[in-house]
Amino acid sequence: MREPLIFEKSRKGRRGCSLPACDVDKENLEKLIPKKYLRQGSLGLPEVSEPDVVRHFVRLSQQNMGVDTNFYSLGSCTMKYNPKVNEDIANLPGFTRIHPYQPQASVQGTLQLLYEMEKLLCEISGMDRISLQPAAGAHGELTSLMMIKAYYEDIKEHRDTVLVPDSAHGTNPASSHLCGFRTVVVKSNKDGGIDLEDLKGKMSERVAVLMLTIPNTLGLFERNILEVSRIIHDRGGFLYLDGANLNALLGIVKPSDLGIDIMHFNLHKTFSTPHGGGGPGSGPLGVKGKLAAYLPAPTVEKDKKGYYLDYDRARSIGKVRSFYGNIEVIIKAYCYLRFLGREGLKKVSQNAVLNANYLMSKLKRYFYLPYDQPCMHEFVLSGVEGKMKDVRTLDIAKRLLDFGFHPPTIYFPLIVKEALMIEPTETESKETLDAFVSSMIQIRKEIDDDPSLVKQAPHNLSIGRLDEVKAAKELKLRWKEKKSGD
Amino acid sequence: MIEKTENRVYPKNLKYSETHEWVGVDKDTATVGITDFATKQLTDLVYVELPSMGAKVTKGSSFGVVESVKAVSDLHSPVSGTVVKVNEKLSREPEIITQDPYGKGWMIKIKIGDETELDTLMGSEEYEELVRKEKK
Repeated sequence: MREPLIFEKSRKGRRGCSLPACDVDKENLEKLIPKKYLRQGSLGLPEVSEPDVVRHFVRLSQQNMGVDTNFYSLGSCTMKYNPKVNEDIANLPGFTRIHPYQPQASVQGTLQLLYEMEKLLCEISGMDRISLQPAAGAHGELTSLMMIKAYYEDIKEHRDTVLVPDSAHGTNPASSHLCGFRTVVVKSNKDGGIDLEDLKGKMSERVAVLMLTIPNTLGLFERNILEVSRIIHDRGGFLYLDGANLNALLGIVKPSDLGIDIMHFNLHKTFSTPHGGGGPGSGPLGVKGKLAAYLPAPTVEKDKKGYYLDYDRARSIGKVRSFYGNIEVIIKAYCYLRFLGREGLKKVSQNAVLNANYLMSKLKRYFYLPYDQPCMHEFVLSGVEGKMKDVRTLDIAKRLLDFGFHPPTIYFPLIVKEALMIEPTETESKETLDAFVSSMIQIRKEIDDDPSLVKQAPHNLSIGRLDEVKAAKELKLRWKEKKSGD
Repeated sequence: MIEKTENRVYPKNLKYSETHEWVGVDKDTATVGITDFATKQLTDLVYVELPSMGAKVTKGSSFGVVESVKAVSDLHSPVSGTVVKVNEKLSREPEIITQDPYGKGWMIKIKIGDETELDTLMGSEEYEELVRKEKK
């Protein structure tokens, strides 16, 4: 059943609470504010009782599909379960009741946590220094490119080009463009890795950096990474790692060993802090050697007297975020790392990879798997076979909702037609994975037997198939009172 | 209505790019749009962004963007030159591109900078072959 808007529940004169009469003299508003600035007509707020409000929002919350209610196979998003104990710790008053302008001597605990978080991320990645300021992954990308730009300006080399593979996340070319670089796309080879010949042809002294995601968005490890690294470094470029898929590498591969010079982490993906719905996220960035001088100020340092914020960094590109980043998110990620430790983290990645391969081997008998090789933490199916009956990937995704599963990422990466990108993460049990597999098999059968059932899905939700074209073209951004005759 | 015979889906008098744009040449002017196959791949279009008049375009680089409910895709210019006319109607009614890709759905007209570039484009039969491979 569709839950009406709170405005539609409004009844004239209904109130949620009754306030005592106002004991302050009323002033005529027009005396205080010129008449032309005063609202004419009513404010149009819903007039409802308290139970109306409570039931409305509880019902809406029950219709949410999140990782706390459903299996969430959204590829490249690493929607793992977020342990609640991390929320409890981040909610301790010692963290929540501090102010960024407090004297540093009075926030030594928080500064210590930030200092140690940098050390943990350095250990995981092999980077020399980390900035915890960026508020999300794309923000980390942009900050990194700004640092690279500043570096080349300092050494007076003119490099105006950023290379990205055709399987890259859309944020890579977007960050490049925002930072004033020219973006050149490098092709993938038939195995889904970087086409080395194409890379050699496009690498030049104009190229500042190659932005890579490892494993890439097909869920495949870049097998030629050392050769890729040599091609870039031989001609003076940097190698950037988009850390979105770090969940496959923890404790197994150190990005610095692959030749990575600079990278970002997504704490809200890999290190289990809630995300989706606009954040808040956290996208720390890590650097090797000579780029460290350009990190955003302040950094957190330690001397005999304790921990302190260091603003005295001559080559720093400056601040990229108000205060010091999304601290609460960093606290949760820090707890996650300390709970798991070195061995635990390694198991996270091993289980994430195991779960993905389990799903892939079960599903490839029913759906087309364009890159048929062992995957890392995610894999990409193609709905192209189902298309023969005019059923598309979008329809499969909608039908999955009927079975109580959040759909995978669809139509990404762009190099796979009708892509279905599935990432189970390490937190799912075999039973959950099996239930997902049997729903996918069921849908595959429906495509053969009764394609309209899939094409018209979802059937079991409070709202059926939406007209997405109409929604995109005729935006209705707010509720308006119906006038008679409407 | 266009009958969906093989030849008419990919008219013989046009040239085609690997990225699914078509070109119709009239003296020194090239009319550019996207093919029937491209519109089917994109599904329902909701938005199109085209260059302004006088803009310089280069072969292979992006001259605009089409957005469907499924993805945002770059439009690649099949030839280099200067944009002399833009189909303004498409910004309000992008569905025209799907309804009539080779007619009312044309996107831009380019004053051709280098005619030899046209030789690198495909004819309709060669393009049909490409589409057949991509459908697999």
